[in-house]
Amino acid sequence: MSEAILRVFRGDANGGEEKEYKVPVEEGMVVLDALHYIQAEYDHDLAVRWNCKAAKCGSCSTEINGKPQLACKSRMDKFPEGQPITVYPIKAFPIMKDLVTDVSWNYEVNKKIPEFTPATDEEFTMYQEDVERIQEFRKCIECFLCQNVCHILRNHERKDAFFGPRFMIKIAERVMHPMEKIDRREFLKDEAGVGYCNITKCCTEVCPEDIHITDNGIIPLKERVADKYFDPLSWVLRKIKGK
Amino acid sequence: MSNGTGQNVLTLRKDAWWVEPLITATVLGAFGIYSTWRALSNEFYFSDPYLSPFYSPLILANWWPFSPALLILWAPLGFRATCYYYRKAYYRSFFLSPPACAVNPLRSNKDYKGESSFPFILQNVHRFFFYAATIILIFLWYDAIIAFNFRDGIGIGLGSIVLTINAILLTLYSLSCHSFRHLVGGNLDVFSGCPTRFRLWGAASAFNERHMLYAWISLVFVALADLYVFLLAKGIITDVRFI
Ligand code: SF4
Ligand code: SF4
Ligand code: FES
Ligand code: FES
Repeated sequence: MSEAILRVFRGDANGGEEKEYKVPVEEGMVVLDALHYIQAEYDHDLAVRWNCKAAKCGSCSTEINGKPQLACKSRMDKFPEGQPITVYPIKAFPIMKDLVTDVSWNYEVNKKIPEFTPATDEEFTMYQEDVERIQEFRKCIECFLCQNVCHILRNHERKDAFFGPRFMIKIAERVMHPMEKIDRREFLKDEAGVGYCNITKCCTEVCPEDIHITDNGIIPLKERVADKYFDPLSWVLRKIKGK
Repeated sequence: MSNGTGQNVLTLRKDAWWVEPLITATVLGAFGIYSTWRALSNEFYFSDPYLSPFYSPLILANWWPFSPALLILWAPLGFRATCYYYRKAYYRSFFLSPPACAVNPLRSNKDYKGESSFPFILQNVHRFFFYAATIILIFLWYDAIIAFNFRDGIGIGLGSIVLTINAILLTLYSLSCHSFRHLVGGNLDVFSGCPTRFRLWGAASAFNERHMLYAWISLVFVALADLYVFLLAKGIITDVRFI
């Protein structure tokens, strides 16, 4: 059985440092297992948030060797043997303790998004082609890895101006719903801040659910905003059609 | 506020994250230099029956004392400059905003506005460049067909094949464009009501998945096509005639 060296961040909002641990590696082991081993064998007070160990609850988001990912989905055998593996909390949110951060800002943002608003007086038959596009966005497990990696939140700290990729696809889910009746483009442009995104696609790169956040969510939203605000031609056409 | 873990270093990533932006910057930079030189040179762009794609359509007017390429190149260059894929490519490799995921951007300014203010808000005109580039593309197809029409009758030369492949690749690039995908069907909310547009959107989406690939190969090939015509026109090589 080989042995891995983990360098785990230990500390809180006042600061902290990496601490080194040696962990025996078993077949099929993931980084979360290694963290559990550390908890059991060395430091019982190591704080790590987790729940399902099946990449489905979105709790165990960390930065392993600098890459934002789920600790329960990162197999130990993909890291080069003998080299230390660093495990840090996600950077974009305030640290509580060790690997646990306070992601409550996301829930506050969520509350700002107007509810799904269907027409109540119309009968509608939903076909597969109508739901397919938005089903992709419903795979989201709210791990907030995309929020964490997005440089607008992570480095520029524009939480005041941009809702982040997770909520862009939440809005997209409503905007593209066949029964949705409200026009969210002004909200998207002025409150959610879709224009802040420079489509550098890091959100898509880290999403453990493989949601094409930029190609299928944010870019189509930008195009819809362009229809209303940046396209005089379609404005004239709408006027002619009387819409 | 970020989390105070001492992650103030450039990045904790250990992989060669800088390779991709470096390659991108090199290839885009080389294309930029080559195309500027060729566009300004105003010579060696025609070798019967082949016309360089940088000079098509050829507008020779008395009132224009400069290279005729400048009259038309703004369209394909603007199309590429505002392309959603190239935006990602150059924001990362030239603006370092950010250079790679979970790597600090060049500036972590707190007044970041991305594409929500001048100058980058102008990226929203991408669809108009799409229209303009489509008109140019029609001419490139015309040139490709004319490239089979030699003085001694219909035939096939290496140049005929080069210009045809060039037109095909540029067509694939346009068909995979995000704005095109939006215009043909992406802007609909109820797909079941418009089966034809739903199918068109499906086809555009399939092309769109390879947009990056088409962006690169069409870029390199258009430069090679021009180079071929340049070498012929300058007499450095002679055309290969198959038929
Ligand atoms: S593509 Fe946009 S939303 Fe996604 S990480 Fe980049 S800037 Fe943020
Ligand atoms: S979109 Fe993907 S990365 Fe973002 S919160 Fe949902 S599952 Fe996580
Ligand atoms: S523990 Fe649930 S996603 Fe990792
Ligand atoms: S050409 Fe790339 S998105 Fe339109």
